[in-house]
Amino acid sequence: MEVEPLMTGTNSTAAPSHSSGAVTTTVSSSAPGGLVKSVVELDRVVIRLAGDSGDGMQLTGNRFTSETASFGNDLKTLPNFPAEIRAPTGTLPGVSSFQLQFADHDVMTPGDAPDVLVAMNPAALKANLAELPGGGLLIVDADEFTPRNLAKVGYATNPLEDGSLEGWQTVSVPLTSMTLDALADSGLGKKEAERSKNMFTLGLLSWMYHRPTEGTIRFLERTFRRKPEIAAANIAAFRAGYNYGDTTEAFAVSYEIKPAPMKPGRYRNISGNQALALGLVAAGQRSGLPVFLGAYPITPASDILHELSRHKSFGVRTFQAEDEISGIGAALGASFGGALGITTTSGPGVALKGETIGLAVMTELPLVIVDVQRGGPSTGLPTKTEQSDLLQAMFGRNGEAPVPVIAPRSPGDCFDAAVEAARIALTYRTPVMLLSDGYLANGAEPWAIPDADSLPDLKPAVGFATEPNGEEGEFLPYLRDPETLARAWAIPGTAGMQHRIGGLEKADKTGNISYDPANHDFMTRTRQAKIDGIAASIPPTDVEDPDGDARVAVIGWGSTYGPIGAACRRIRTSGRKVAQIHLRHINPFPADLGEVLARYDRVICPEMNLGQLALLLRAKYLVDVRSHTQVRGMPFRSAELAAVIQDAIDTGNPAAVNTDAVNGALQ
Amino acid sequence: MTTIDLGMPAGASIPPGPIADAITASVESHGEKQTALKAKDLKTDQEVRWCPGCGDYVILNAVQSFLPSLGIAREDMVIVSGIGCSSRFPYYLNTYGMHSIHGRAPAIATGLAASRPDLSVWVVTGDGDALSIGGNHLIHALRRNVNMTILLFNNRIYGLTKGQYSPTSEVGKVTKSTPMGSLDHPFNPVSLAIGADATFVGRAMDSDRKGLTEVLRQAAEHQGTSLVEIYQNCNIFNDGAFELLKDPATGPMWTIPLEHGKPLVFGPDGASCVVRDDFGGLRIAETNQVDASEIVVHDATREDPSYAFALSRLSSQDLRYTPMGVFRSVQKPSYDAMMAEQLHEARLEGSGDLADLLAGGDTWEVQ
Repeated sequence: MEVEPLMTGTNSTAAPSHSSGAVTTTVSSSAPGGLVKSVVELDRVVIRLAGDSGDGMQLTGNRFTSETASFGNDLKTLPNFPAEIRAPTGTLPGVSSFQLQFADHDVMTPGDAPDVLVAMNPAALKANLAELPGGGLLIVDADEFTPRNLAKVGYATNPLEDGSLEGWQTVSVPLTSMTLDALADSGLGKKEAERSKNMFTLGLLSWMYHRPTEGTIRFLERTFRRKPEIAAANIAAFRAGYNYGDTTEAFAVSYEIKPAPMKPGRYRNISGNQALALGLVAAGQRSGLPVFLGAYPITPASDILHELSRHKSFGVRTFQAEDEISGIGAALGASFGGALGITTTSGPGVALKGETIGLAVMTELPLVIVDVQRGGPSTGLPTKTEQSDLLQAMFGRNGEAPVPVIAPRSPGDCFDAAVEAARIALTYRTPVMLLSDGYLANGAEPWAIPDADSLPDLKPAVGFATEPNGEEGEFLPYLRDPETLARAWAIPGTAGMQHRIGGLEKADKTGNISYDPANHDFMTRTRQAKIDGIAASIPPTDVEDPDGDARVAVIGWGSTYGPIGAACRRIRTSGRKVAQIHLRHINPFPADLGEVLARYDRVICPEMNLGQLALLLRAKYLVDVRSHTQVRGMPFRSAELAAVIQDAIDTGNPAAVNTDAVNGALQ
Repeated sequence: MTTIDLGMPAGASIPPGPIADAITASVESHGEKQTALKAKDLKTDQEVRWCPGCGDYVILNAVQSFLPSLGIAREDMVIVSGIGCSSRFPYYLNTYGMHSIHGRAPAIATGLAASRPDLSVWVVTGDGDALSIGGNHLIHALRRNVNMTILLFNNRIYGLTKGQYSPTSEVGKVTKSTPMGSLDHPFNPVSLAIGADATFVGRAMDSDRKGLTEVLRQAAEHQGTSLVEIYQNCNIFNDGAFELLKDPATGPMWTIPLEHGKPLVFGPDGASCVVRDDFGGLRIAETNQVDASEIVVHDATREDPSYAFALSRLSSQDLRYTPMGVFRSVQKPSYDAMMAEQLHEARLEGSGDLADLLAGGDTWEVQ
């Protein structure tokens, strides 16, 4: 979504909810009983749904997202959930939330802070209230504020009654009991009926924001087609919530957010993991190779395995291996046989796959390694996002083992990045690291569906060797293409091309075992030169500098694109100038990157690690790149980034950035 | 020539899974397959670099002589190995091959065999490679029943790293890393494989070319994962490890030859035999002390693995009463065949259409 910014105001104002973005107010419908309700038009809204892990907040958020996407708003989402499947009910560690920003213009982030917080229990309130700006709209399920639930999270008094919520527009609604009332005739037991309260809430929100409801009803019918009574109950709860909004005096206002202008075309809502999986299927189709995925389940990458497992009709084979090592081993074995071998994992899995990646470097076979990064080290924060595997991707192997590294910038971009990873792997016969992260993986956005026929044609990159290439009629598996330095790839089954490869050093051209010192030096440099040479096939550095005269540049990679972009917009709205440089290719860097960086007085590099890209840039280009870093398991807030950038522009003072973090990474 | 398992899915009604056009074109680029081979056709120009006198030479010769009888073109054979002395094997066979990393050969071969059911995939490994660092991959390959043949060269020692004890070394083994004797109990590879529900398990001696060839033949014909343990002498670090069985004076006394359908009678003049014990297991008896009807008739095709397991437990770690031959050979659908079947099933209503896939789910049009 590259549309001119239309941003008006910020969402961190202390004014009453939504009013910052209010454009017009019109009196509209009159509900039964003569209640007149008004409709306020907003340019954007950030909603956060928070509840217990068992309350279905992710599902509710996803449904609201789908309704919003199909209505035509632009949006970004931020699911945030604990690593435990079910932490003890009603406790702080068990809180799961889903934030979404939607707007009548293009948005780059899920929003720094919510305008509206829906808290399904005291734990959800306690965990999230601090982030709801004063005056924000707070909707709580009054039924859950029982003495027992309050005690679980350490509330001495009931915040709904003790006046502590006066700074917010609090609407206390008995969501649970109203859901039970609505389902009194459903035949469901109390426990089962209670489960539908998330659909009641969704109905209420759908009314408040004029969302189309048909999609959700279809979704419920489809999901529970084998349990029609459950489908009926959920639909009844959903409708009851909608009608409640329409009739209650508690909500006098509803909101309208007009569709966002988008480039013409067909759109769908897509998450990063889904887009990445579809990109891999597309790469198989466009290369004419069968896709083989070897994977071991790991958060937050497992959904790629799940998605690819559903596409057997494309000849996609998925193999759930006994461990991470077997996952990549099988993928490499499949690549040896002529498949597009893929393995998907997260940081701890990459650590285990290191030796096999080295074997793929040595055997020079195509392989795509997807690392959906999460908080580390060790098991770290499985469900939280981080960008701290960059140096592992670059260097986490024995010997000189260069591997191309690329990263997507948004959920939808995961599709293109997957196709690009396959292009590099096939063209250069090399393993490729594709670094997604938890934020991209689970976040979603509207995605312009690409024309399948106009996707890159990867067939020329395959070119299996079928005829001997040596002067004496022999096959030389390590004879290279002079342009790409890719070696000849002959697959088993092809007569006369039998050869042996392996992890021992190869003699040039023949691929036979060689311990010759000069040959090892030559082959080491050749493997490096092959990877360096990929730069010739990638576009120049992507710089966004509308006026072309910024003195400060912000450089990022991966999922920080949205927050950095939103921060840059704020800076520009204030009349200042800043250039945004965003890298898809991190190894090798675009050929002109050194030259681009040298143009600026100051270069700031925000990263969700302690300065890993900054380290690489400093080492390679001797540019005084300043890190701004954060590892909170959550994406950057754009307001915070804007403050850092503004400070750098206004004061020219390097102290504006987090020097501790810079030093931490560089010492 | 017998029917040879080319890895084609079992059951004629199921065609092999989709193999992309690019692969098919490459495989068919040289027309008809040359399947009439001689042993010399399988030799490579690489100098064989095992120690003089190593049992690996004998096995290599046996395999080179045996493979042509399978009637498989050499380009359709792939040998995958791990790390260790035995894992140099692929370099000496003029087929496709990969000398991979320590312990991972079964994993690599699994991906290859599952995506290319048209190939004959072999794994060559050793006791350290397969049972120590690669133990996990081995047991999972066996339980999955991917179509491949695993040759496990067991010399009961680490040779390539110069003589440390291995997971098959007997307790008390004095080596460089265990000067006062090793403490851990060895694996019995055959018991381990049967415990993992392997569908084919055999054992042979490096120097017994006839016996080795016969077990290899059955292993190659088997659908699914076959494991053949080959006792292999390391004349440098563990010389004579199998002398008890090799020595004509003692061998017949301690070797139990397994022949399907034949009573388990062995030893000089058939003096010993195998009978059932009181607990459902097996024991050794003196043939003249039991009724002929009590002697167990070997049946490698028993579905229940407990018989084959009991057979594998007859031998002690000092190799007395070692069964040699095929312990177990049962039919079960192979993983690759079932995977191909699922792909076939998924395509019954037509191959996937990329444009449809991309436009799947709820979509909307922006004018």
